[in-house]
Amino acid sequence: MDLNYTPEDEAFRAEVRTFIEENQPQHLKGRKRGEYREKEDFLAWHRTLYKKGWLVPSWPAPYNTVTWSPTQKYIWNEENARAETPAILPFGVAMVGPVIYTFGTPEQKERFIPGILSGDVWWCQGYSEPGAGSDLASLKTSAVREGDHYIINGQKTWTTLAQFADWIFVLARTDKNAKAQEGISFFLVDMKTPGITVKPIIMMDGGHEVNEVWFDNVKVPVENRIHEENKGWTCAKFLLSHERAGIAGVARSKNAIGRLKDMLAMEKIDGEKLIDDADFERKIAELEIDLTALEYTELRTLASEQAGKGPGLESSILKIKGTEIQQRITELVMEGVGYYALPFSDPLAHNEFAPGPEYAEGVTQHYANMRKTSIYGGSNEIQRNIIAKMVLGL
Amino acid sequence: MDFSFTEEQTLLRNSVQKYLQNTYDFDTRRKVAKSEAGWRKEAYAYFAENGLLGAAIPEDFGGLGGSAVDTMIIAEEFGRALVIEPFLQNAVIAAGFLKAGGTNAQKEELLPAIAGGEAIYAFAYAEPQGRYNLADLTTTATKSGNGYTLNGQKAVVVGAPFAGKLIVTARTSGGQRDADGVTVFIVDKSAKGVSTRDYPTVDGQRASEVTLENVTVGADAVIGEVGGGLKLVEKVTDEAIAALAAESTGAMKVLNDTTIEYSKTRKQFGTPIGKFQVLQHRMVDMFMNYEQSVSITYMVTLKLEEEEAERKKAASAAKVQIGKAGRFIGQQAVQIHGGMGMTDELNVGHYFKRLTVIDTMFGNVDHHLKRYASLS
Repeated sequence: MDLNYTPEDEAFRAEVRTFIEENQPQHLKGRKRGEYREKEDFLAWHRTLYKKGWLVPSWPAPYNTVTWSPTQKYIWNEENARAETPAILPFGVAMVGPVIYTFGTPEQKERFIPGILSGDVWWCQGYSEPGAGSDLASLKTSAVREGDHYIINGQKTWTTLAQFADWIFVLARTDKNAKAQEGISFFLVDMKTPGITVKPIIMMDGGHEVNEVWFDNVKVPVENRIHEENKGWTCAKFLLSHERAGIAGVARSKNAIGRLKDMLAMEKIDGEKLIDDADFERKIAELEIDLTALEYTELRTLASEQAGKGPGLESSILKIKGTEIQQRITELVMEGVGYYALPFSDPLAHNEFAPGPEYAEGVTQHYANMRKTSIYGGSNEIQRNIIAKMVLGL
Repeated sequence: MDFSFTEEQTLLRNSVQKYLQNTYDFDTRRKVAKSEAGWRKEAYAYFAENGLLGAAIPEDFGGLGGSAVDTMIIAEEFGRALVIEPFLQNAVIAAGFLKAGGTNAQKEELLPAIAGGEAIYAFAYAEPQGRYNLADLTTTATKSGNGYTLNGQKAVVVGAPFAGKLIVTARTSGGQRDADGVTVFIVDKSAKGVSTRDYPTVDGQRASEVTLENVTVGADAVIGEVGGGLKLVEKVTDEAIAALAAESTGAMKVLNDTTIEYSKTRKQFGTPIGKFQVLQHRMVDMFMNYEQSVSITYMVTLKLEEEEAERKKAASAAKVQIGKAGRFIGQQAVQIHGGMGMTDELNVGHYFKRLTVIDTMFGNVDHHLKRYASLS
């Protein structure tokens, strides 16, 4: 057992820190995704990393130009969180990309991978449906084969940032008579295909982050199906278990706690700094300790991955604890600003009057928005079921 | 010991319920909250005409002569419908100041207009540095001629965009956080030197940042004792806390009912999700949180006229209970509704946000835990 980084790891950290300092998009530093205005804001850091060759260190040859150890990836995440760089959108590089290079034909790889890497093609995820959330395999969107096409009908929902998307990857039912998981196929669909309608869903924070995507007799060429017909669930499962590193968000939570403490040092209670208030001190201490335990849980997972054992089912722990901590941070930020938690900051309008200190803007909306983290990506109840069944054998 | 309501109180509840069911559905409320005006004058006029604003104002001053129990009933029903018109600021707070601190002349002049809905007030007490400490004031009122000159900045004055008058706390003497030296004033919003910047709040209400720059008022603008206003402010805010507690139980009840209903119809894995034991226990906890909040709301409502220390403890206890319960119920209602609970379209998120704001109003859980402990 050794908690120290090797000299090579330290050298790596110095290298990435310098690179980030010199290249990160300064105007986006520390901004929440809900505050991005332009499509290009989501892509700026992606494009920079692509140029540098650091976009996909987890991908296999021939796509990657570097191969980082799990420790190096961890350091990379830490340094990005520290510098508050924009998070890379996962839909291309962490989701559909790995499905395509794993299950796609050579033609599909050649056609789709370059756009994913360059960022020129924006992907979104067509998984959840109104009746299929936690129980994804009950999805009803259908794809019926007609000659060299499939005709897709149905509705997807909670489709993140579909308003910007060029392509969508879709799970659709190709065999109604098979067992739920066995009759599903995985399709790549051009969002410009006739019959696709995107409808915005406004969330309780006032933001437009997710959408409904409707399919009305959408014609999709057979060559856009990934893997065999009715093997879509294999792709879906692979995608869900792939690249869980960073799921706990430890580095970004650490940074968020740092920001919280800076804020508490500026807030006053009875003339004293709020950060010196005994109640608040205790809450921050509890939060930091919780995060420290999670950090070392993640490091243990990393070490076992490094030893070639794969990420394992512990990733459910990382998801549950990681999201609980993220939510707790937003609660404390909201509590910290007192009455200035009340003003509504309209994410769809520009230059509205924002009362109170700058750090107070939108904090209650952020608190409300982050309730999503214990719902999405397999709700925390589902994650607990997974641990009960797969780890505890219950 | 008797927790039953009188026949009049039951009639009051029924008539408020009926009015809100007919005119205050969720979609209407949502539209009104987003409209330019931000409230409906006709709804407020209805409250006035039907005695809701004057329910707890003495008959001699244009009211119906009811008690805090009537206020509790109305506030609870308003909580169920997420009413945004400024009932709390007027029927509870402005009327509360005048009832407890006003001279007979002030009562005669001002209370009937509150009961009648003609005069609209907002309570400007919070300041950017003051957090929940009601005595932490940098706004000053200095003697000038027969009256006073006010200077200062008031933060997050809820309901101020609708108001014609402000109830302002200011320091007439003493240091920034001294208990002595606080005075309560009535200030016309249209008076020279008053400027406001209006904005919406996360729960669909409206508020203003208020700046007072050499605003002059007469000696008759003072409510209560010069320099001795803090006790009055505490009494009135404790009454406001009781009303907020009642409002929150109304909101909690809707969230619990909605969540239980949803869990019976929403199927995943071939089963209504309400059949999953983990969610059953969660909803039982939500139910217990609600019942505990109702109990403490009754307690604080019945203790508002007790001696000061007893009343303060009751108010702080209630604020802690409803703050914790409101957060738990709000979060779990969203969680059990899944993505739908996060949308602007469904009512769940709106109740969640209102309960979140109620926790902040007049001091959050931490503040009232401390206050309670200091009184024990």
